[in-house]
Amino acid sequence: MKRPHRRTAIRLAAVCVLMLGFSYALVPLYDILCDLTGLSGSTSNLTQATPTPPKAETVAERQVTLQFVANVDHSMPWDIRPDQFEMKVNPGQTYQTVFHARNRTAQPMTGQAVPSVTPQMAAPHLIKQECFCFTSQPLDAGESVEMPLIFKVSERLPSNIGTLTLSYTFFDVSPTSGTQSG
Amino acid sequence: MSEIAAAHDDHHDYHPSGLWRWVTTTNHKDIGTLYLWLAMIMFFIGGAMALVIRTELFSPGLQFVDPQFFNSMTTLHALVMIFGVVMPAFTGLANWQIPLMVGATDMALPRLNNWSFWILPFAFAMLLSTMFMDGGGPAGGWTLYPPLTLQTGNALPFVIFSIHFMGMSSIMGAINIIATIVNMRAPGMHMMKMPLFVWTWLITAFLLIAVMPVLAGGVTMLLTDKFFGTSFFNAAGGGDPVMFQHIFWFFGHPEVYILILPSFGVVSSILPTFSRKPLFGYSSMVYATASIAFLSFVVWAHHMFTVGMPLAGELFFMFATMLIAVPTGVKVFNWVATMWRGSMTFETPMLFAIGFIIMFTIGGLSGLMLAIVPADFQYHDSYFVVAHFHYVLVPGSIFAIMAAVYYWLPKWTGNHYPERLGKWHFWLSTIFVNLTFFPMHFVGLAGMPRRIPDYALQFADYNMLASIGAFGFGFAQLLFLYIVVVTIRGGEKATDQVWEGAEGLEWTLPSPPPYHSFTTPPVVR
Amino acid sequence: MPERIRRLLPNLKSVLNLRRLAAGAILLPFASAALAGWDTLNMPVGVTEVSRIVYDLHMLIFWICVVIGIVVFGAMFYSILMHRKSRGVTAATFHESTTVEVIWTVIPFIILVAMAVPATATLIKMEDSGQSEMTIKITGYQWLWRYDYLDHDFGFYSFLSTSRDSIRDRAEKSEHYLLEVDRPLVIPTNTKIRLLITANDVIHAWWVPDLALKRDAIPGFINELWTQIDDPGVYRGQCAELCGRDHGFMPIEVHAVPPDEYRAWVEEQTAGAAE
Ligand code: HEM
Ligand SMILES: [Cu+2]
Ligand SMILES: [Cu+2]
Repeated sequence: MKRPHRRTAIRLAAVCVLMLGFSYALVPLYDILCDLTGLSGSTSNLTQATPTPPKAETVAERQVTLQFVANVDHSMPWDIRPDQFEMKVNPGQTYQTVFHARNRTAQPMTGQAVPSVTPQMAAPHLIKQECFCFTSQPLDAGESVEMPLIFKVSERLPSNIGTLTLSYTFFDVSPTSGTQSG
Repeated sequence: MSEIAAAHDDHHDYHPSGLWRWVTTTNHKDIGTLYLWLAMIMFFIGGAMALVIRTELFSPGLQFVDPQFFNSMTTLHALVMIFGVVMPAFTGLANWQIPLMVGATDMALPRLNNWSFWILPFAFAMLLSTMFMDGGGPAGGWTLYPPLTLQTGNALPFVIFSIHFMGMSSIMGAINIIATIVNMRAPGMHMMKMPLFVWTWLITAFLLIAVMPVLAGGVTMLLTDKFFGTSFFNAAGGGDPVMFQHIFWFFGHPEVYILILPSFGVVSSILPTFSRKPLFGYSSMVYATASIAFLSFVVWAHHMFTVGMPLAGELFFMFATMLIAVPTGVKVFNWVATMWRGSMTFETPMLFAIGFIIMFTIGGLSGLMLAIVPADFQYHDSYFVVAHFHYVLVPGSIFAIMAAVYYWLPKWTGNHYPERLGKWHFWLSTIFVNLTFFPMHFVGLAGMPRRIPDYALQFADYNMLASIGAFGFGFAQLLFLYIVVVTIRGGEKATDQVWEGAEGLEWTLPSPPPYHSFTTPPVVR
Repeated sequence: MPERIRRLLPNLKSVLNLRRLAAGAILLPFASAALAGWDTLNMPVGVTEVSRIVYDLHMLIFWICVVIGIVVFGAMFYSILMHRKSRGVTAATFHESTTVEVIWTVIPFIILVAMAVPATATLIKMEDSGQSEMTIKITGYQWLWRYDYLDHDFGFYSFLSTSRDSIRDRAEKSEHYLLEVDRPLVIPTNTKIRLLITANDVIHAWWVPDLALKRDAIPGFINELWTQIDDPGVYRGQCAELCGRDHGFMPIEVHAVPPDEYRAWVEEQTAGAAE
């Protein structure tokens, strides 16, 4: 290989390696973008507790409608339903509700709830103190539970959003079941 | 390695014969020929798959194949046509033409060149073998969206490895092309004097280097999600299947320009020859190509408006996509201006080039319609999209490849192809390609989704027309094969210049050119 | 003028000898299109305000594209006819002009802006999902849909009702072959409805052309759409995202009924569920 050719080839190969790295870097970048904009409707504030800010937010006058929805993945023979479908909430105020879950099968199973919000722009503004989706839920055969959710809608919720939906989908993450990747 | 290459250079008369010659060759012409034949073979394989699809869609009802097999046909047809036909054919043309056009002896990295070709037959053998595996071939679409693609049976890892190999081959090819263009131009061949085919390929090669690794990364994530418990795209583990679509289309949209930019170069070479007039707006053609390439990185999400994204995102991707129409329009206008007040003749390459401009423009205009987000909600994943991309790819890229073959075949072989048959080939192809793809606009608008093996009764007439057209087009290509074979075997001898109006370094060499092209570099003024 | 056309004629003839056949065949789809009637080959106007706006936008863009096509191809065909060597013309030598280049960069740009303005307005309108009166959840399954009426706490699955025999050509195909289901989605007219969309296994897409609605159903994620239907009627659609073997066999059938009729229907459903 002649010198200049080798140099060109090596540089270009380096670009390739960089771009391969970039494809993996897209994964955290995507998460950051989602957190910033709400894109995908699943932001990190939905899956972990947000520490209460030292200065409590004031409670807004306006009311928004918050809807609760529960779904199951195809691998999940559980019954899940929100205690109530709709709640009128004042942004800034903390509320509590529960979801009901029952394992219909004759085996113990572990479920993982995955939250998602629509409209996507509302996702960063749903602040959770406690949620059953922070950890997985083991249920014995036939067992039922009430799963708590403590949250508030931030005052910063864009004013054009009057209704938002918080949806959970339950996936089977039992250690024995190999259905991880559907 | 440098010794081997040098040793090879010293033994100009060392020509192993038979099959071994082709396996060990490091000559740009031999490798170009190999690429082109691979593309030809894959064209008929991919075409046969298309005919399976069109046979099932000839009339409503399931008559011939199982829906799962149908889906694997659409998936493999696309992968074969994109990675096995258009890309290798362009690389073949680049191998033959770039050294001739920039005044070099050979490609910069002959050894690499050999590898980058010989990976491909294995990659495609592997891809095609998946049809016979447990669970059948890949059937989740060439876009490989999870979670559906993760439901593929044993075929999945083989499909992914074959994509890795195709990617490696393309990257090595691209590195070679860039090294040749950057380092091996003849004295006086400044960048802004290079033929447009060389320019468009240079930009294409950079696109390849930028996005093939991204595809490789994306499919590797699929592989580890399926077999190694990662959850890049699995919501249960905190992943997101839509992220795959972003990664895929970050590769995918530049990829569609990889499939078209070299055609722009081909057409920009052919039109001046047969118009007997210089290309209009050379520098604006170069800038237009560069800006198309640049913009192609910021429009990817126009393939996924229906996944649901915030308004600002939809607007951004709509505007960026519409913006691409400007440089694309500039190209078309420049071509028309090149023909304007020329002294035209209409040999087969010219016919294919003109057919390209017209039908590519139709595809570009439907692309513009698809960019309009509110309307795209209706068009998306319907046959309207199928019509769009087939217009830009078949009478677009494929016609440009055929134009190039007719244009340069006399140079490569020293023989003229039979002109009458060439014209027949053009007219049959043009008639049938329109008969096949034009009606797809209608059924798409009327509500027929893509990738379905059976359809509602109101779509029956147009599907029947499309199927008839597809068979006609398929058989017309046998004529192409015949023409190429008889031209290689003999025919009226071509002069060095071949075409009356042809200009450029390749036409200063004898037809056929010597095994090593320019052993003393020509001087360009 | 007629003088010039006559001079063109011999040329036209030479262009068209082999090619007349070609032209005929290319026009065939258009000709048969004209016979089949406009509505089976264009986007439906639909039955919602949004669908009508989308249709108008589609036609606007379409006609702009047609005009662009006529201008560009017109210039090209003129050149092909007039500037051919067989007419004895010698080629000009010009090869650039900054003025024209600027003109044909700027004019398309202005056309694009003219297209972008109505498109943006439409999009903003479509995204305004506030203040809906009821909510339905749509879930995609391999290979059927489920509809949940969240305000009334009931729901049902909706399967293709076309028989296997008619798909396999062993029985007559009905009028709505492949577009019919056992239990259609029933919704009231003149009511703003919020549709939540998700999936149970792989990605699907819920598409009803008459309502100009298409949105992906993604497992683990929730999407939304809204609609308000003006006219009672039956509107049909299909899954629009490849979802596996029977992707082509999971249609959508929407029955839009007047609000009273809808209330009566809901009562029937909930009474049935209580038993
Ligand atoms: C004026 C230039 C173009 C514009 C504005 C444009 C726009 C679009 C848009 C918006 C889509 C997505 C449609 C949908 O799925 O809803 C699309 C799809 C597609 N385009 Fe283009 N396009 C252009 C040129 C091209 C070219 C030059 C090629 C390739 C040679 C191409 C190949 C494709 C392919 C393959 C798809 C479908 C991919 C798939 O979903 O499988 N397009 N185009
Ligand atoms: Cu694209
Ligand atoms: Cu589907």
